[in-house]
Amino acid sequence: MSEEGSNGKIMSTQITTPINRSSAEALSKNKQEPEWLTALRAEAAEAAETLEWPKPEKMRIDRWELGALGQYKQNDAISSSDQLPESVRGLVPAEASANLLVQRNSSVVLKQLAAELQSKGVIFTDLETAARDHAELVQKYLFTAIRKDENKLTALHAALWNGGVFIYVPKNVEVELPLQALLFSDDAEATFAPHILLIADNHSRVTYVDHVVSAFEAETGPSIHQAMVEVFVKAGAQVQFASVHHMADSVIDMTIRRAVVENDGRMEWVIGDLHDGNILSDTLTILNGSGSTSDAKVISIGGASQKMSLTTQAVHVGRSTESTMVTRAVMKDQATAIINGITKIEKGATKANGEQTEKVLMLSPKARGDANPILLIDEDDVKAGHAASVGQVNAEQIYYLMSRGISKQDAERLIIHGFLAPVVSEIPIESVREQLQKLLERKLGS
Amino acid sequence: MSTQFSINGLKATIEGKEILKGINLNIKGGEIHAIMGPNGTGKSTLASALMGHPKYEVTEGTVLLNDEDLLEMGVDERARAGLFLAMQYPSEITGVTNSDFLRSAINARRGEGNELSLIKFIRQMEGKMKELEMNTEFAHRYLNEGFSGGEKKRNEILQMMLLDPKIVILDEIDSGLDIDALKIVAAGVNSMRSEERGFLIITHYQRLLNYITPDFVHVMMQGRIVKSGGPELAERLENEGYDWVKEELGIVDETVGQV
Repeated sequence: MSEEGSNGKIMSTQITTPINRSSAEALSKNKQEPEWLTALRAEAAEAAETLEWPKPEKMRIDRWELGALGQYKQNDAISSSDQLPESVRGLVPAEASANLLVQRNSSVVLKQLAAELQSKGVIFTDLETAARDHAELVQKYLFTAIRKDENKLTALHAALWNGGVFIYVPKNVEVELPLQALLFSDDAEATFAPHILLIADNHSRVTYVDHVVSAFEAETGPSIHQAMVEVFVKAGAQVQFASVHHMADSVIDMTIRRAVVENDGRMEWVIGDLHDGNILSDTLTILNGSGSTSDAKVISIGGASQKMSLTTQAVHVGRSTESTMVTRAVMKDQATAIINGITKIEKGATKANGEQTEKVLMLSPKARGDANPILLIDEDDVKAGHAASVGQVNAEQIYYLMSRGISKQDAERLIIHGFLAPVVSEIPIESVREQLQKLLERKLGS
Repeated sequence: MSTQFSINGLKATIEGKEILKGINLNIKGGEIHAIMGPNGTGKSTLASALMGHPKYEVTEGTVLLNDEDLLEMGVDERARAGLFLAMQYPSEITGVTNSDFLRSAINARRGEGNELSLIKFIRQMEGKMKELEMNTEFAHRYLNEGFSGGEKKRNEILQMMLLDPKIVILDEIDSGLDIDALKIVAAGVNSMRSEERGFLIITHYQRLLNYITPDFVHVMMQGRIVKSGGPELAERLENEGYDWVKEELGIVDETVGQV
């Protein structure tokens, strides 16, 4: 077969289901979802037809192949993580298997929660099940931090989302071990659109860690991972949310995360955007309650001709709120990253303090990295700061390391790791730190 | 074989300007040579050109370390061949801990398959840090970041001690050191004196040479070694300055490559 022919074949296997009110409704009914959810999906699907794609700074995502949403495909449940494909099994540490959820393509195939946590009233299940079994809770919060009609992306997601994660931690319950999820796709023709809803009730504490990966056996046509995360941190609660994404370059990753934090609550994000394809990643924390705080750490490596739009945002509404945001990205080859940090302080958020830093290390003259710190301040009695830099590996540093016998390649490796280390070393969850290190090695080495 | 280091007719330029105008110097294992001279006469350029700093271009001459041509080697190869330069302004590198750096350097020198075990490395490093009266906390700090001038210089000497080089160049190691730190650094250097190792000490003060007695003293002006002698030459320079040398040689402006 000629090369043209084989390309043609890949294109022809790309399945694009039309998304409209009736198809969304039919799928929801087929899955026996509650009526309110069917109605929500139908409205969203209709809205998606007229809404526009979001417009992140300096990145034309409307030029990406955003149509390859695939079809809903259910995978069979498995009884233990041993039955996972080998390529993803290693991502689930043995000690995590007690509290583990696995989504494969469009559906959740494994969910386990320690009996002790169940008895304390902790809920950790897939969102489709939760919509049936805990409808009151889910209905109250779902698509309230992210509105379904904000833009075409949120509307499509509301119409299409599948599998997903639902976490509820009751008042005063502290969950020691991280709840872990593995969300993976091994079928590029399946819709892969998890929605994660996490509610930490008053004075509770929880850590959630997920890995988003692909495990395609052969080269595939384009596909999309579309995920949305809504976190509700109630008064005095603490949530750590760590997420590491690393899928094949044929996958477009569109991930929107949002947290709403009430009085004295704390939200911590750790995001590893180590995906090989195009990325839209937007992580926003709304500090509604007075005394609430947030921290976001984002690590990213761009390679090949990848395009990335990475945004972290903090909105200060409550008094004496504090936010910190740090993004560090290493750019190789012809990769492009637009990195936005937005600190917004609303009128009335007195004594608020927002600090942000974005740093980009360029390893190739053909790579592009823009760091855009943005401060929007409507209140006088506040503190806010930003620092942004885009730079290359310092030649004087390379010379110094080489003068001690270290090869040029190793010297560069040390400096690149050193660039990321101040963020990586601060990651509070050891297993995530280790996995990130491994992935950094892999992506920097390739 | 005892170490033999020879510089023959070395000329070097920076941005097209010639700074080194033909340096000749032979250093044998066991010897300590001092190069003295006022600022701007090419002393530090000599150190950087020998190490292979990318800003300097060697235009003529040879540099042999035990019959190996250093000028044919990259910076890292020169170091692995046994050349060590304690720098006047060591780089600060965020995110790379001092101990990770030291271990990488030692293992690069030892070569693949011959790496030092972690436990042996820590023992060696901590032993040498004690000799230099360095707090072992410095092992876990980022390389030179936030170090005072004196701490950076001690860290250079620590590297020298751990890397066990054949030829050591100390570029203004005494600048920015108080007298106590100077004594510690000098003791570190003296402890490394051996028949296997030669030293080239670059300084414009005689002060350091009160603690490290050189075998040979050379005066550099206008990018050349213009006068050589024994330790008594350093003493005379300390007492009388450089004017008598200039007078003797008919030099008006001793500097080189200045704008």
